[in-house]
Amino acid sequence: MKKLLKNSGVQAFIASIICIILGLLIGYIVLLFINPEGATESILNVIKNFFTFNRPKTQLKNFGNTLAKTMPLLMCSLSILFAYKVGLFNIGTAGQYVAGACASLYAALAWGWGWLPCMLFAIVAGALLGAIVGFLKAYCNVNEVISGIMLNWIALYLTNTLLSSVKEVASPYTLTLKNENPSALLPKAGLNELFNNDYITIAVPMALIIAIAVHILLTCTKLGYELKATGSNKNAAKYAGMAENRNIILTLAIAGGLAGLGAAMIFQSGYFRWECTQSSVPGMGFNGIAAAFLGGLNPIGSIFASFFIQHITDGGQYVNTNFYSSQISDLISSVIIYLCGFVLFIKLTMTKMVSRREEKAAQKQKTQGQKTQEQKTQEGGDK
Amino acid sequence: MEEYAIEMLHITKRFPGIIANDDITLQLRKGEIHALLGENGAGKSTLMSVLFGLYQPEEGIIKKDGKAVKVNNPNDANALGIGMVHQHFKLVECFTVLDNIIMGVEPTHLGFLQKGEARQKVKMLSEKYGLYVDPDARIEDITVGMQQRTEILKMLYRDNEILIFDEPTAVLTPQEISELMQIMKNLAAEGKSILFISHKLNEIMEVADRCSVLRKGKYIGTVNTADTTIEELSAMMVGRNVNFHVEKKPSVPGDVILDIEHMTVASKVHKNNAVKDVSLKVRAGEIVCIAGIDGNGQSEFVYGLSGLEPLVSGKITLDGKDITKTSIRQKSLLGMSHIPEDRHKHGLVLDYTLEDNMILQTYFKPEFTNKAGFLRRKNIREYANRLIEQYDVRSGQGPITITRSMSGGNQQKAIIAREIDKQPDLLIAVQPTRGLDVGAIEYIHKQLVAQRDAGKAVLLVSLELDEVMDVPDRILVMYEGEIVGELDPKTTTQEELGLYMAGAKRMEVTA
Repeated sequence: MKKLLKNSGVQAFIASIICIILGLLIGYIVLLFINPEGATESILNVIKNFFTFNRPKTQLKNFGNTLAKTMPLLMCSLSILFAYKVGLFNIGTAGQYVAGACASLYAALAWGWGWLPCMLFAIVAGALLGAIVGFLKAYCNVNEVISGIMLNWIALYLTNTLLSSVKEVASPYTLTLKNENPSALLPKAGLNELFNNDYITIAVPMALIIAIAVHILLTCTKLGYELKATGSNKNAAKYAGMAENRNIILTLAIAGGLAGLGAAMIFQSGYFRWECTQSSVPGMGFNGIAAAFLGGLNPIGSIFASFFIQHITDGGQYVNTNFYSSQISDLISSVIIYLCGFVLFIKLTMTKMVSRREEKAAQKQKTQGQKTQEQKTQEGGDK
Repeated sequence: MEEYAIEMLHITKRFPGIIANDDITLQLRKGEIHALLGENGAGKSTLMSVLFGLYQPEEGIIKKDGKAVKVNNPNDANALGIGMVHQHFKLVECFTVLDNIIMGVEPTHLGFLQKGEARQKVKMLSEKYGLYVDPDARIEDITVGMQQRTEILKMLYRDNEILIFDEPTAVLTPQEISELMQIMKNLAAEGKSILFISHKLNEIMEVADRCSVLRKGKYIGTVNTADTTIEELSAMMVGRNVNFHVEKKPSVPGDVILDIEHMTVASKVHKNNAVKDVSLKVRAGEIVCIAGIDGNGQSEFVYGLSGLEPLVSGKITLDGKDITKTSIRQKSLLGMSHIPEDRHKHGLVLDYTLEDNMILQTYFKPEFTNKAGFLRRKNIREYANRLIEQYDVRSGQGPITITRSMSGGNQQKAIIAREIDKQPDLLIAVQPTRGLDVGAIEYIHKQLVAQRDAGKAVLLVSLELDEVMDVPDRILVMYEGEIVGELDPKTTTQEELGLYMAGAKRMEVTA
């Protein structure tokens, strides 16, 4: 049992669960404060998400919606995680996601490209944006957080401008892929029938495979070894003859590519359309931070964490609007997501607690040992 | 009965798995300089942390002036008049000397700072003890020696009676060291009690009245320095007799391995070039030492040579091949090994495991990475285990130990194992024994000589006079970025060497 508690993977898992429970609890308290009448029902609805529906078929369809949106979130969390493992905080994930959306939609709607080139173009766009941050970091020592945040806004407004040329006349939304260029929609490979949901595409297995690939890249390959060394100690990397500047750029380009791919996965399923008048960067990239930490900074953990975060974000819409204003859903899910960021803190507290307990136990053993020894010597004296 | 300023009686402090302090007694007389001697990991730091209230001992008591006291936290220690100069100074870089001294005990009137008063007191203290500082200079602009004097003034300003110096000479030049020794003697003469933590035996013999020795958490004994010898002290510290003199056969220099012609390297700190037109040769089978006071261009010289910084001009030839412009990786593959000056900054990725650090420059070779780009973990483990065994690198969990958790001596051994095992033609060792204890120093010197005897060229850069006199076959003195003298360690004296190092004497040196 004690050994189990010391295992870092187990600790991360327990810490994540604690965060989730804390988040739900605080969300519940917030609801109680606003209006106690509907609080219990509403928080249960947040947890239930698609289970709030009675018919299994509708449940499955809504589960599919959540699953479809989980994949871009997973890609964003992988983007954050990958850079983080290499010692960089890629807050530009949000902007790289936007760039990916821009590239895939523009290629699909303006140029009529097929799904694969559109997707690759999205990866390139995200990677390019990441590489800019990396270049500034490597050669001008510009902090990646600052330049990342700035680029988020540039990417957003550039996207609004570009995609305005392929939007519907009467609305701020881009044209529907299904009508304009169905070839840009991702293949479904029969998955849509399985889930009774047209938005389930090959993106789902693809994202899962990529998560595993990122894990392998980081732990088992020469590239991962080199990138992590650079991130952990740039000077030592240089001393060892690694191309440390190239590595920083490469890291952020890969991270950017992951985020860009994530955008292609959801926009090319047709679930989202880009709203050309939006004035804030989509939350997907930022939620990716929470998902990465909630997943214990492990790519496999990220899969589950991303699903959970998307699950409660979607569940938020089932909060009873008779009692609460419609913004409450976002409030509750953001409270929970915020708490998800505390995983590392809780993990640290746990490590401390375990070691303190061990110290005490060791002392106790020592004093007991001494006592038995004393008893023995006394017995010996009796003889 | 003798009067003790502070007594630590039968202190025992356990951590999970180890006993850091096992029944240790330390008695500091009033007005004496008492040295605390021990290897890295002997328990010196733990003992001081107990004195400062950072740890609570399981057994034992602390007495101040004969009365038992309880030290629960550093504030208690302060109230008892205990002050400490840490090895790494705790100063605010962008504040002035005066601001740093009064920080935390600022004299105020109605919330306004009364600096005039403080300035008077600092001036008085600095004159009384010969601690010369410029109160209005910023910390970032002054020398390490003056920073240390600021730390000492900080303790005196707080009217501390018991002063602890934690390895104070590690960062100082020889001149600054002798100044510090004088200051410590002045302080003791004025009635302050000084605890001097060190593993440099010369300094202890020079300045301390008594010396207590710890080894592996145990108290070995206390001796009067007047009645003992360096050899005896070192035997107490290490637990066996240590050979101070490096045993070596006469060198048999062979072909020129490294040939540097007119090398100039720019400085990052100031406008002038840090290394000016340096030419030198190192042959196979000899150890050449670059001696000099810290900051005379030695670091930049090595950076330029190893490729960490670009050259302004000059030419470097290794084994007859021009390597002036080749990359760091290529230099390494061509047979250059480099034990860096700062093992934490350059030498190791501290968050990596020991085995991952062992392959830091060779990870891409076919034995460690297969064609698909995957690391061959089994081979890496075997390789690391071999080096650990062969070079006696000690750590908690062997190859999977996180390097950060290892002791400084073993971190250095790991680097030396890695660099020597590359079978280099040229081994550059920059201050390879910095901060290490006698046992480790002896080991590293032996390794350098073994490399020489195996026909390698060894270039040693050192600030330690003993090392400069003992290890190399030739000494080149660097002063303000130039080679100002070539000396033969067998015939020269420390005094003569000192004159060259201080720039008072110079000769034409042709490479």
